[in-house]
Amino acid sequence: MSHGITTTGISGELISIGAEAILVKINWYGLPAIKKIRVSKAYRHPVLDRHLRVKRTISEAKLLTEAHRIGVAVPTLYDVDLKECTLTMEYIDGIKARDIVNSMDRRDLKDLFNKLGYYVGLLHKVGIIHGDLTTSNVLITERGPFLIDFGLGAFSNYLEDRGVDVHLLLRVLESTHYKVAKEAFEYFVEGYREAFPSIVEDLLSKIRDIRMRGRYIIRKRVQY
Amino acid sequence: MERPVVLGIESTAHTFGVGIASYDGTILANEYSVYKPTTGGIHPREAAEHHAKVAADVVSRAVKKAGIKLEDLDGIAISLGPGMGPCLRVGATIARALSYKLSIPLIPVNHAIAHFEIARSSTELFDPLIVFISGGNTMIAAYEEGRYRVFGETLDISLGNCLDTFTRETELGFPGPPILEQMMSKAKEFVELPYTVKGQDLSFSGLLTAALRALKEGYRIEDISMSLLETAYAMVVEVTERALVHTGKREIVLTGGVARSRRLTEMLNIMVKAHDVKFGVVPPQYAGDNGAMIALTGAVELKYGITIRIEDSSIRPKWRVDQVDVPWYYYYRDLR
Repeated sequence: MSHGITTTGISGELISIGAEAILVKINWYGLPAIKKIRVSKAYRHPVLDRHLRVKRTISEAKLLTEAHRIGVAVPTLYDVDLKECTLTMEYIDGIKARDIVNSMDRRDLKDLFNKLGYYVGLLHKVGIIHGDLTTSNVLITERGPFLIDFGLGAFSNYLEDRGVDVHLLLRVLESTHYKVAKEAFEYFVEGYREAFPSIVEDLLSKIRDIRMRGRYIIRKRVQY
Repeated sequence: MERPVVLGIESTAHTFGVGIASYDGTILANEYSVYKPTTGGIHPREAAEHHAKVAADVVSRAVKKAGIKLEDLDGIAISLGPGMGPCLRVGATIARALSYKLSIPLIPVNHAIAHFEIARSSTELFDPLIVFISGGNTMIAAYEEGRYRVFGETLDISLGNCLDTFTRETELGFPGPPILEQMMSKAKEFVELPYTVKGQDLSFSGLLTAALRALKEGYRIEDISMSLLETAYAMVVEVTERALVHTGKREIVLTGGVARSRRLTEMLNIMVKAHDVKFGVVPPQYAGDNGAMIALTGAVELKYGITIRIEDSSIRPKWRVDQVDVPWYYYYRDLR
């Protein structure tokens, strides 16, 4: 696969090539780190391309910093380069929750989803939406679970956005971890309630609402 | 050539189209008449009146073009939705009458899926990620486990609608994409407009409002035209690229009326090259709404025994692609 990486001066181990960014593992002043490079897209108008890459790099940096500040386990942000549109952050040595959730015993499952719910509750409480809450974006480490990839995140206090955030996780549980989905989600809600009790009932009713509409049944809005 | 076979009727929006196709995907006729509003966008009732007026003529033109008699037909395919109720009713009424009179099966066809099928059959890319962009639709879809699944779509108006409304409101004309693409060559500066991608989904209504506002604020119309196109198309390409990585498909096809756009095709081409996947565009005569795609899809459905009783054939204005089972998906590939 040719991916036309034009970013200069980066040598490291290629971790992944996504639609928007590539991840490279590097050595940052002696620390193992991940460099997230928002590559330039040749199909975009250069002004638009630059604008989007800068805006998204800044947004993700803010989200990571704020999440870190309130005590959610996320990679520590080391460096922001708006010229190259890169973020350098702590390398988290762990395994994707996706790969082990199905084989966890009940106690580990409870620990994991309590903690995850607690983290998401904390994020929502300060107005952060993760935007891509899947079990692929949770790394299990010796220091507990870490939340990664805030690339689709946003700042919002709308119940709707919070509902969609959690709904996405529920959807992943039902498709990829269907045997433990119900139990895992109950643990998640327990943890969330601990961090952000005042909102839980509204959130759950919002999620029911979201699942009753849109593409999950028939889109209400007709498009001509 | 196999014996011809299915007559398809398209009347979901401004086009009343009649196509005739054989089972192997050969198009024998593709006749149509397009309702053109004197001012503004489509008025559903006026469009329906237009369709009713031209229907008999378009049907007989198609039959003549195909060199067949009505009695040679095996089935009547009808696009039951999604679309505008009054328009859909005209096509459905004629299809029912033909099916009843000739005592041949009536075949229900989803309009969006017909756009997919004619693109797959004509480009011979049989298992693609589908980018469907038209005056009424903006959707990224792909087949998975028995049905087409939607991997991204607009949350409000379609891309075509956004561009058409802009050129209408600014009295540049209709349809929007070719007019705007002409204006592009005279553009000098990029005007920043809202770029709205929410995960996998898109939104164009804010973009339209902002483009119209920019004009009032005194920006040059050439610059706004170029920036509007560049922004709207970049949103589509970004979501397409995400869906490509997510689904792992190795082919992409572009279908729908906006598939005639040079700039969108060019942008998709650039993106596609970076992923080393095949890319095809539906031929221009089958890009916009047409009867041929309904006939083509109807013929394959008939092979698979998919028909509908007249009494069950009510129109489906909100019919979604992911509600339709597609057992015939590998038919064309296996045929060739």
